[in-house]
Amino acid sequence: MLKRRVAINDPVAESQLFLNRALFAFAFVVVMFGIIVANLYNLQVTRYEEYSTRADGNRIKLVPLAPNRGMVFDRRGVLLAENSPVHSLELIPEQVTDLPATVKALSELISITPEQQADFLDEVKSQRRFKSIALREQLTEQEVATLAVHLHKFRGVALEARLTRHYPYGDLFTHALGYIGKINEKEFKVLDEQNISANYAASRDIGKVGVEKFYEAMLHGKVGYQEVEVNSRGRIIRTLREQAAISGDDLYLSLDLGLQLKAQEVFGERRGAVVVMDPRTGALLAFYSNPSYNPNLFVHGIRGKDYRMLLNSPDRPLVNRMTQGVYPPASTIKPLLAVLGLESGTVTEHTRVPDPGFYRLPNVSRPWRDHFKFGHGYVDVYTGIIKSCDTYFYDLAYKLGVDRMWQFMSNAGYGRKSGIDISEESTGLMPSREWKKRRHKQNWGPGDTINIGIGQGYWSSTPLQLAITTATLINNGARVTPRLGEKFRNSEREGSLLVEKEQVIEVVDPNNWAISREAMRRTVQQEGGTARGAFLGATYSAAGKTGTAQVINMAAGQKYNAKAINERHRDNALYIGFAPHENPEIVVSVILENAGGGGSNAAPVARQMMDYYFSEQYNNPQLPDRAAIAAMQEQRAAALVAREQRYIEEAAAAKLEQEKRKNLPPQSTTDTGTIPPQSNAVTTPTAVSNNSENAAITQEGTNQAAGTPVQNPVLPSSTPAASELPTIGEDAGPDINIDEGPDTAPVENQDIEPEPQGGGR
Amino acid sequence: MSQFDNERKSLMMRWHLDGPLFFALLTLVFIGLITLYSADGQDLVLVEGQALKIAFAMGIMCVMAQVNPKTYQHWSVPLYLAGVFFLILVEFFGYTAKGATRWLNLGFTKFQPSEIMKLAVPMAVAWYMANQPMPPRTRNVIIGFAICLVPTLLIAKQPDLGTSILVAVSGVFVVFLSGMSWRIIGAVSAMVAGFIPILWTFLMHDYQRQRVLTLLDEERDPLGKGYHIIQSKIAIGSGGVEGKGWMQGTQSQLEFLPERHTDFIFAVFSEEFGLMGVIGLLALYLFIIGRGLMIAHQAQDNYSKFLAGSITLTFFVYVFVNMGMVSGILPVVGVPLPLISFGGTSLVTLLAGFGILMAISTHKRLLAKQ
Repeated sequence: MLKRRVAINDPVAESQLFLNRALFAFAFVVVMFGIIVANLYNLQVTRYEEYSTRADGNRIKLVPLAPNRGMVFDRRGVLLAENSPVHSLELIPEQVTDLPATVKALSELISITPEQQADFLDEVKSQRRFKSIALREQLTEQEVATLAVHLHKFRGVALEARLTRHYPYGDLFTHALGYIGKINEKEFKVLDEQNISANYAASRDIGKVGVEKFYEAMLHGKVGYQEVEVNSRGRIIRTLREQAAISGDDLYLSLDLGLQLKAQEVFGERRGAVVVMDPRTGALLAFYSNPSYNPNLFVHGIRGKDYRMLLNSPDRPLVNRMTQGVYPPASTIKPLLAVLGLESGTVTEHTRVPDPGFYRLPNVSRPWRDHFKFGHGYVDVYTGIIKSCDTYFYDLAYKLGVDRMWQFMSNAGYGRKSGIDISEESTGLMPSREWKKRRHKQNWGPGDTINIGIGQGYWSSTPLQLAITTATLINNGARVTPRLGEKFRNSEREGSLLVEKEQVIEVVDPNNWAISREAMRRTVQQEGGTARGAFLGATYSAAGKTGTAQVINMAAGQKYNAKAINERHRDNALYIGFAPHENPEIVVSVILENAGGGGSNAAPVARQMMDYYFSEQYNNPQLPDRAAIAAMQEQRAAALVAREQRYIEEAAAAKLEQEKRKNLPPQSTTDTGTIPPQSNAVTTPTAVSNNSENAAITQEGTNQAAGTPVQNPVLPSSTPAASELPTIGEDAGPDINIDEGPDTAPVENQDIEPEPQGGGR
Repeated sequence: MSQFDNERKSLMMRWHLDGPLFFALLTLVFIGLITLYSADGQDLVLVEGQALKIAFAMGIMCVMAQVNPKTYQHWSVPLYLAGVFFLILVEFFGYTAKGATRWLNLGFTKFQPSEIMKLAVPMAVAWYMANQPMPPRTRNVIIGFAICLVPTLLIAKQPDLGTSILVAVSGVFVVFLSGMSWRIIGAVSAMVAGFIPILWTFLMHDYQRQRVLTLLDEERDPLGKGYHIIQSKIAIGSGGVEGKGWMQGTQSQLEFLPERHTDFIFAVFSEEFGLMGVIGLLALYLFIIGRGLMIAHQAQDNYSKFLAGSITLTFFVYVFVNMGMVSGILPVVGVPLPLISFGGTSLVTLLAGFGILMAISTHKRLLAKQ
């Protein structure tokens, strides 16, 4: 109690006590503020760099910018592959007040399917509100116009244009240009492995086929970057820095639009291919396979229906016949073989060989027939080539032997990849002892050698190889590397893409090469030459060699009768030629599938190509305008569809016929004795879907053709996905299962005549 | 004696305003408005709204300054009891938002009784302690604590950790200032330490526990619980010594910083004005606290001393807790940066407190004359 009273009455002590406490509190506050400052010092001074970096990491993002793909031109600078805008209708959800109503209103202006609407609304839910989302893509010009008029009524709706590839000439350059398409997972992996996937950060497409694929690195360009500041929701606030994308290099092809159009016109509906090449450089002037297809279909992803039609077509439009079509070269090899004969000393210019109409091996009773039943009498090298005398070359081949022929012809360009600047290419087949041993586990027979003498047997080549080997003949043993791309150009420089030719065959006497070329000149210009008719009245000095390649084998004693056999089993017509004779500027090689004789069918095609090349028009081409081209393309597309429809109907009819025939007595089949027994499957190729089975069936058709395999372009051995290019099995052609008899004298035991009908008729 | 002062001083005196404190507070709210303008993307409407609230709160302060401290002393107990009554009402009839029951719905407006307790508790404890001798006996200390504890628990239960801490410390400061012996302070500290596990296990809500865990290692959950504090530290750290400049803070302008105009406005300030700016701001706060303690020291009765001291020190707790949590040394409890953060409620309470402080400061002379 006392204590309490004292306490109350001592205000001085109380005041002192409070002051002490207040001072203590203030000191405490100062200390605590010191702690705050110390902590902030740690954050803002000591760890400043760390937090500064993290703040920038928060706000700065890199946005890749897609480079413009380089354009492709023909040799005269006509645009063949361009980047044209494709319009899409896009909405920004956060700016649109009533999304469903807007979509509905828009669908009244242009057609928007309910699926597209549903996809769009799904997309809206999964994306940021400020991101633009496409409601419709690939708008037509009509739709763009309609929308442009009404667009002002809608908020947050915009027409966006994106650059995509367009090939204005449609199917005219497909097999050379190829096309681009969306990068798939596999391709992205490859890019990743090559450490260039960063360059594709903003790119959607990649070259899939043709020069678009081969020159991808050059055409693509270099990705650019935009350094942007974003907010916490990822919205771009402003651009801090920009490194522009570098456009891809422009590519100038050696192809000539006029020549290419000429080729398409000449072929019409006929199946085949033509290669026109400058033998001095290997530059390709024309490169056309008919029928072709429109590459624009593939750029946005082809529809399954369209793709199946192309894939299953008996005309095989997807096959690049110049490089993937493997055909027996037939008589077109004769000039080169003659060079080998002369160079090796096996024959001379004046050596004469008797031709009684057939050739007989010593100790082999069966003859190899000449295409000319009564023979050509005594034949020298000129006549051998001019009249395409088979017996002369049976004899020469036998004397040369397969090894020398293989060595020489391989060097000249047969059975090897040409090195052309597209990756779709078959090697063809130049047969050798080792090859037969490896492939068929059998020894090489003399009959095989003789078949090769007229470019039949196992031998197969592509039309491009025919052109290259002809150039080798012209260049006295120097082989060219064919090139579609002639030069590239970017803002800084221009460079040639051509490859120097290479001396691959040692020349003994240049005159031997000249003899062969002279014989080719006479083939075209001299009375009795197999190509004379086709070149009557030519204003330039042309030279050439015809070829007729057997597609199926004749039974013994059967005579070839084109009318009697299935259209697709008729002979392939071939022609190689060059002009002018003294100083060749162009080499032409032509194949017309199942057209019959080379002289009467293939040679005229070459004539027209050459006529065009040597005409005034070639240098001052009168080319159709875009509208005409577009109309032409539309017409061709319609024709293709109509043709395919017809094939399907024909196949159905043939099948019906077959069913009927099955029920008839067996002797009725002998009526069509020219068709091998297995050919039932082959007669209706339209009915068979395009897959490995088809290839197998084609092969089966040749089963009993010992030493004379039948080779047509063989189709892809796998069935790829609809959006993918069919990858053609590279050695599909030569990999034919040939069921053979005993190796030493195969011809003896065959019930089918071993004699191929090889001559240039 | 006012005749000899300059005109403004006499005006200040006539209005019962404390000059240094008034101008310091004005400077602070002005800094607050500037920072707010930057923090909320240059939204003038928001700043105008806040300015109106500031004007209103300043008005309250001026009104509170006119009241004789004796009146406050007289009304301390009824106010406290009314506050506790309202808190109980909240407990049963409260309005719930965001998982917390803090408000009474009066129909026309929502009213938060815990805000009243920020002043009512120190007033009540000061009233009680002023009636006791200095230094208080243990029994008085316990009663003093009990007065704090009741509303603290009621508020903590709402839950509102930030306010309950502020209410508790405001009362504890009175007991401390009244001369509670250091022995008891030691004992209480030990008790609080012992109380932490109990608090952790029984009283804390999950989200509160998460906040504490996040404090220990915010990088544990960078996109979830740790996001606030990580972004806040990045903002402060990247400000450096001089700051990025007003309206140039990328963390705040690009909205990486959450709650940047309310609880985390200090991070905006630090990012844009740097360490120098922060030290200046702390100096201003220190000045206000120093001035408040001086007023407390010069007060003429114990009630006024205790109340003034408590209000000042509670103000400090606001500052420390907010800065501590924003810079990552304290857990995230919802305490705004006083007079800077956006929001009207705490502004009114704080400035009302300063109004009482000014009343204490300006009415002593009149008392002395009597």
